[in-house]
Amino acid sequence: MSGVNLNKVVKSYGDLEIIHGIDLEVHDGEFLVLVGPSGCGKSTLLRMIAGLEEITDGTISIGDRIVNDVPAAQRNLSMVFQSYALYPHMTVRKNLAFGLGNLKMPKAEIAKRVAEAAKILQIEELLERKPRQLSGGQKQRVAIGRSIVREPELFLFDEPLSNLDAELRVQMRVELAGLYQRLGTTMIYVTHDQIEAMTLATRIVVLQAGRVEQVGTPFNLYNYPQNKFVATFIGSPKMNMIEGKVNNKGLDLPDFGQISLPATAPKSGAIHFGIRPEQFTIVKSGSAEGDATSTGEITLIEYLGSELFLYITLPSGHIVLVQASSQTQYKTGEQLTLSLTAKNAHYFGEDDLRIPLYDEKK
Amino acid sequence: MTDLSIQEASDIARSYRIIRDKRKRRATITKHLFLAICSLVMVYPLIWMIVSSVKPDNEIFGNISLWPSEFIWQNYPDGWEGLFLSFTVFYKNSIIVTVLAVIGNTLSCSFAAYAFARLEFKGKNIFFALMMMTLMIPYHVVLIPQYLLFLKIGWVNTFLPLIVPRFLAGDAFFIFLMVQFFRQLPRDLDEAAMIDGCSPFKIYWAVILPLSLPALATTAIFTFIWTWEDFLGPLIYLNDIRDYTVPLALRNFISQDSVSMFGQLFAMSILSIVPIFIFFIFFQKFIIRGIATSGLK
Ligand SMILES: Nc1ncnc2c1ncn2[C@@H]1O[C@H](COP(=O)(O)OP(=O)(O)O)[C@@H](O)[C@H]1O
Ligand SMILES: [Mg+2]
Repeated sequence: MSGVNLNKVVKSYGDLEIIHGIDLEVHDGEFLVLVGPSGCGKSTLLRMIAGLEEITDGTISIGDRIVNDVPAAQRNLSMVFQSYALYPHMTVRKNLAFGLGNLKMPKAEIAKRVAEAAKILQIEELLERKPRQLSGGQKQRVAIGRSIVREPELFLFDEPLSNLDAELRVQMRVELAGLYQRLGTTMIYVTHDQIEAMTLATRIVVLQAGRVEQVGTPFNLYNYPQNKFVATFIGSPKMNMIEGKVNNKGLDLPDFGQISLPATAPKSGAIHFGIRPEQFTIVKSGSAEGDATSTGEITLIEYLGSELFLYITLPSGHIVLVQASSQTQYKTGEQLTLSLTAKNAHYFGEDDLRIPLYDEKK
Repeated sequence: MTDLSIQEASDIARSYRIIRDKRKRRATITKHLFLAICSLVMVYPLIWMIVSSVKPDNEIFGNISLWPSEFIWQNYPDGWEGLFLSFTVFYKNSIIVTVLAVIGNTLSCSFAAYAFARLEFKGKNIFFALMMMTLMIPYHVVLIPQYLLFLKIGWVNTFLPLIVPRFLAGDAFFIFLMVQFFRQLPRDLDEAAMIDGCSPFKIYWAVILPLSLPALATTAIFTFIWTWEDFLGPLIYLNDIRDYTVPLALRNFISQDSVSMFGQLFAMSILSIVPIFIFFIFFQKFIIRGIATSGLK
C-alpha cells in the first residue's frame, strides 16, 4: 500500500494545455474519487498516474518513488477501464491469469490467486467462458477480478460503472465499497456521477477544466462548498442560487426580501445566495418561521416515492426547487409559501468564492 | 359494410396468400435462373479445361462438343511423369516457396503494420507515405534492378529471391490492410496489456495477432494464391529444371518439342489448382470464425 503525490502536474497535447498544474496528495489506504463534468480531464489525470499518458510537467510519485519515467507495468498498480478491456480471445481464467503470467509467477500461485479472486467476486462458474458470453455486470466483475489478482499497491478505476444499467450500478457500487473495506488498498476512482462519488469516497476531488476546485470529505463538500461551482455540482438535485444585493441592512433578495447578515459580511456588492431544496420550509396557514418568506406557484411536481420535488415559480419569474414531504398531496398551479433560514444558506461573493458567514455556528 | 363470416374472410385471405406465394416463387425461379447462367459463363473455362484433360489430344481444339468421345484418364499419370522430371519435384518446389512466402508475408507485414498502427517513432508518417507510394510502382519497373541486385548477391538460381523478400515486409498492400484492421481494435486492450506487464512485442503477439485472424487469413490466402500461381518470378530467377515450380513446369508441355501434350498439360493444370482450392476452403473458415469469435463485431 502506498499514497500518491501529484506535484504541479501539467498535461498538454501540443499547444493545448488540458491539466493546469494539479497538486494533490492521496493518502495511503484512501478511497479518493475524482469527480467533474465530462471533458474536465479526469481520465487524463488518472492515465498519467497509471503511466499510460506522458506527464508534460511536474512530478507524480507513488509511495516514495517518483514514477514519471517508470513504465506502467512497474508502477505496481492496476486499472479498471470503462470499456472493461477484457481480452476477447481469452477465457475469463486466462484474462485473470495473464498479468500474473507476465510476472513469471509460479503456476500454483497463479491458480491460487485466480481462485481466490473468482471466489470474492462470485465468478467461479464463469472461469471457462469467453468475455463475449458474459453480461455487462459479469464483465465488470471479471475486470475487477483482473485487477485484484495482482494485489497492487494502488487501484485505478475510470468510470467503471457507467456502462451498467441503473440497478446493476447500485449493486456494483455496494460491492466496490465492500471490496475496498476488505482490501484497504489505496484507490483512485474517476466518475462524473456525484452519487457514486458521495457514496464511495473517503475524500472527493472536484475537477473543472483541468483544475482542482475543492478537495474534501463528502460531508465537507456538501456542507461547506468552497465555491459556486462545487455548490451546484455536488448535491442532486442542484442547490438553488439566488442573486442578492448587499445593502446597509443586510442582503436584499428578490422575492424573499430583506435578510440580515452577521457583521463579518461584506458591506456592498452582490452575493450569490445558495440554498438546497431540502432547506426550504413550506409554510402552512400563517405560522411563519424562518427569516424570510415568499409565495409562488407550483409549476411542476416530481414524485420519487420517498421524496417529492416541487418546481415553484416565484413572483419575479425565478424558479426554485423545493423538497417536500412525499406524504402530502400537491397540485400544479397551487400557491405555496416558502420560508428560508439565513444560517442554513451558503453565500458566495462576486468572485464565486464562499463567504464563511455562519460556518462556525453550524 | 357487410360483415364477413369467419369462413369467407379466411377464404379470401387464403386466395391472396396463394397469389402472393405464386408470385414469390416465380421471382425466385427467375433470379436463380439468371444467377445460374452467369455462373455458367464464369466457370465455363474451368469446365472446358476439366473436360479437355480427359479428351484425346486431337479432339481438344478440333471438336465443338464438350463431351469427349472417350475418357483418357491416362493423361493424369502420364502427365505427372510426362516431363524430364516428375511433378513430385515441382510440387515440392512450389510448396517450399509458397509455404515460406505465406509465413514470411503474414508475419512480416503484420509486424510492420503493428508499428504503423500502434507505435510512435520519428518519421512515422513519412515512412507510411513512402510505403503507400510503393503501391503505385508497377512490379515490372523494379524487376530489372531487383534481378541485378540478386545476381550480385549470387542468389539467382535459388529460391531465395522468391522467399527472402517476403520476410522483409515488402508488400504494402497487406501492410495497409492490416494497419486498417489493427486500428479498429480498441486501444484499451493495448493499455490493459501494458499494465499487465506486456512489452510492445508481447502486446503484438498475445493480443493483437490473435484478434486479427480475419486479416491474417486474408493475407495468407492471397499470398498463397499469388505465389502458387506466380509465373514471372520463378521464370526469371529459376533456370534449372530441378528448381522449377509447378506453373513453370506446365509451360514445358508446350515448348518442349514440336508435339505439344495438351491433354497432359490440362490434366496437370487441373491438379495445380487443387492446393489453392484446399487452402482457400481451409482458411476462409478462419476469416468467418475470426470475425465471430473476436467478439468485436
Ligand atoms: N489525445 C488527445 N489529444 C488532444 N486532446 C485530448 C486527447 N485526449 C483527451 N483530450 C482532451 O482532453 C480533455 C480531457 O479529456 P478527458 O480526460 O478524457 O476528460 P474526462 O474528464 O471526461 O475523462 C478533453 O477536452 C479532451 O478533448
Ligand atoms: Mg473520461
